Amino acid sequence: MGKILRRTFLIGTAAIVGGVAFGVYKYRTPYDNPLEDELAEGEATFNPYVKITSDNRITIIAPRAEMGQGISTTLAALVAEELDVDMANLKVEHGPASFAYHNKAMLEDGTPFPHYERGIISNTVRNAMGAVSKFAGIQATGGSSSIKDAYLKMRQAGAAARQTLKQAAANRLGVDISTLKTEGGQVINGNTKIPYGDLALDAAKLDAPSDVQLKSNSDWKILGKSQNRTDMVAKVTGAPIFGIDVDLPDMVYGTIRMNPYLGGRLKSFDASAAEKMPGVIKVVDMSGSENDAFGGGIGVIATNTWTAFKAAEAVKVEWLKAGYPPNTEGIKEVLKKAVAGGSGSSLRDDGDTETAFADAPRTRIVEAEYSVPYLAHACMEPMNATAWLKDGKLQVWAPNQAPTIIRADCAFEAGVDEMDTKVHTTYLGGGFGRRAEIDFCRFATRLAKHADGKPVKVIWSREEDIRHDTYRPAAISRFKARLDENNMLTAFDARIASPSIVASFMRRTFPSLSPAGPDKTMIEGTYDQPYTIANHRVTAIKADLSIPVGFWRAVGNSYNGFFNECFMDEIAVKAKTDPVQLRLSLMKDYPTAAKCVEKVAAMADWGAPLKEGTGKGIAFTLSFGSWVAEVVEVSIVDDAVKIDNVWCAVDVGEALDPSIIKAQIMSGVVFGLSSAMGQEITFADGAVEQGNFDDYDAMRMVQCPNIHVEILENAELMGGVGEVGTPPSIPALANAIYAATGKRIRTMPLSNEVDFAS
Amino acid sequence: MKLNINGTVKDIEVDPEMPLLWALRDLAGIKGPKFGCGIGACGACTVLIDGEPQRSCSVPVGGVTGAITTIEGISTSENLHVVQQAWIDEQVPQCGYCQSGQILAAIALLENNAKPTDEDINEAMTNLCRCGTYPRIKAAILRAAANMGA
Repeated sequence: MGKILRRTFLIGTAAIVGGVAFGVYKYRTPYDNPLEDELAEGEATFNPYVKITSDNRITIIAPRAEMGQGISTTLAALVAEELDVDMANLKVEHGPASFAYHNKAMLEDGTPFPHYERGIISNTVRNAMGAVSKFAGIQATGGSSSIKDAYLKMRQAGAAARQTLKQAAANRLGVDISTLKTEGGQVINGNTKIPYGDLALDAAKLDAPSDVQLKSNSDWKILGKSQNRTDMVAKVTGAPIFGIDVDLPDMVYGTIRMNPYLGGRLKSFDASAAEKMPGVIKVVDMSGSENDAFGGGIGVIATNTWTAFKAAEAVKVEWLKAGYPPNTEGIKEVLKKAVAGGSGSSLRDDGDTETAFADAPRTRIVEAEYSVPYLAHACMEPMNATAWLKDGKLQVWAPNQAPTIIRADCAFEAGVDEMDTKVHTTYLGGGFGRRAEIDFCRFATRLAKHADGKPVKVIWSREEDIRHDTYRPAAISRFKARLDENNMLTAFDARIASPSIVASFMRRTFPSLSPAGPDKTMIEGTYDQPYTIANHRVTAIKADLSIPVGFWRAVGNSYNGFFNECFMDEIAVKAKTDPVQLRLSLMKDYPTAAKCVEKVAAMADWGAPLKEGTGKGIAFTLSFGSWVAEVVEVSIVDDAVKIDNVWCAVDVGEALDPSIIKAQIMSGVVFGLSSAMGQEITFADGAVEQGNFDDYDAMRMVQCPNIHVEILENAELMGGVGEVGTPPSIPALANAIYAATGKRIRTMPLSNEVDFAS
Repeated sequence: MKLNINGTVKDIEVDPEMPLLWALRDLAGIKGPKFGCGIGACGACTVLIDGEPQRSCSVPVGGVTGAITTIEGISTSENLHVVQQAWIDEQVPQCGYCQSGQILAAIALLENNAKPTDEDINEAMTNLCRCGTYPRIKAAILRAAANMGA
């Protein structure tokens, strides 16, 4: 066990991240309840998730970033179900940054094993990563993991608080606890009803129960049913809930302008013109220390945002170049070289793939090369953060996905103790993985050091946001398959070259730790799919490119889904097999997957005669524990592709909120189709060419298809929903275009080869 | 200069070239209109000027003479606008960042066209939503239209 545990620190995404604070916190000791430090007068807390005031205001802490995915509502529902309170009578808060809110499921899912593999080794490593999560105390939102992580612990928190409130009532009434019931936020004893608020302060003095009984699912009143989201009123009334809306007394405004040669340093700058502009307070050098991966830049502090933007542009700067090839062609050469000859790691290597291809006649082989570009996240709310450094204390307000990492990083940047640093997580105007980074908070803190003790709200221009992203990696892959004389698939070999997200993230976030082992994100969506093929190898080859890459919705699945599922379509064509039937024949060992494919085929009336000039394409991707099949239907109108319908069958295991799940699948589909229809980040002269929504756009209303979602619940384990709609949407579209036009497109975005109706 | 914002005249000292968006957000304390692009491409900053939807990031404040309506000006918290209520009934917002602009664009549409068709909606609703709430936005507009007619 000890040996396996140690080894796990060298494996996968999570292992490396997990090493950060290892050893500092004892695994067996529970973290303190962070709410105890911030109770209002007359308020009691029972655990890190529940606060109740004596005048009966109930607050539930949902300690995950609300970036639109509805997580605050469903997390609150977990507690409310067991606490027996109505969703309408709750306040939901994100709460403070705290190790108590570490995300165990995210680290467990970071281990390099397919979701369906539940053997001794894979589960041992998963459990070990769960322990690492506790040591490291990383509070983060990502990997579609929040519900998996919270499912037991937040229900237990609700049940424990309820049990304690009942005990307080039993003590007060002098009755046995077993005679009491709870309902609608009250303890009930015959005709006597005591609101929780009346009991809260007494109850908080009692010991928490050592053991609680959770309701059986059949008794659920809230979970499993669509709820009114708790953030709706704020979001339809324009309430100032986002990071960009932060407003503090004496606040000043700032922006940054970093080196367009990503990671390059600053040679010199002349701010004399900018400093003369009315409203400009200060221009500062934003360059970090030598090992700061973000390179050099300048920052402006001003009396308003617009002046800061104008002044930043007015600074004359000489930049030093970066180390990667200066244009897209040169970058592609690095990827091509890696895919052609580079050595890599094969997280799937079943049978003997080399031998299976050695004697294959050319006519029995299918081969294809695919490529995808870098992509920006382009959250609606540009990167921003507000920092206030005064008297050795730092506060940071930010829409972010990783508050405990940010707390450590900003404390270090400001030179203050972590105990004197507070991170306030606001609502996020989109995240998609971009806000799991630290740069926007580190920069705000760096500017705060020059703000004379005043809070400074630092907003990036849209151009700065697009041109200084942590991009979805570009990738090039080569796929090869062998069919036998009966057109059965007997061998499958994939080589996928891309830069490593984990290596890039580690370099900029934890430069003192070096990543090791395979990065499963490079091939997730290909190596871990529920297809049984006798000889099956998937190899990841790391391409050495220093352009920052990061976690973009669905991460590696976003492009591996495209590679794998377009190639499945090509195999079906060669084998003269229906693409649905091909998948079903390979999924025999995975009935959950097969049922999704069957369901979506039925929804889309797959197999019905196609109208002239239309086509349907199917794709399937298992990602983040959810099994998703999608069919896209297109029609060709005036030589342009119009996307008419998307059908999705998604198996999430247990569905806790159908309305939110459907919204997330739709959202993931629109996100994926947006990328396929026209997004790419390209480089010229060392800098990103795109800068705003005029040259990096996304789908608009007029282009949006009808999206039909059905939820299945056959899967044994619970899956995530925030990202899983994205991966199959992209290949399903490419396959539909092939079906409609006979044109096989192997390079993203599709708009380089076809026009889309608008 | 004087700005008529949500029925109240505010006197603010401002460079006339400053976009209305930043005058509202940084000087007048009105946070409903959001910054998304700065070039009038996304519509997150949409406000109504004399009832017409305008992208406030691309309107110099010095040229604004009409009555400005932001999301803060269309309702009170006790009494939501019928379009806002439809947005809740259809559970439209996800991240919510673009929704102030979307709602104002929808109100302007419905003021001019009480029974919009799909095509009318597609033509009027050009604001960007990165969460992909378009299907629910469309449903909410149709619901609001039905409720307004009732």
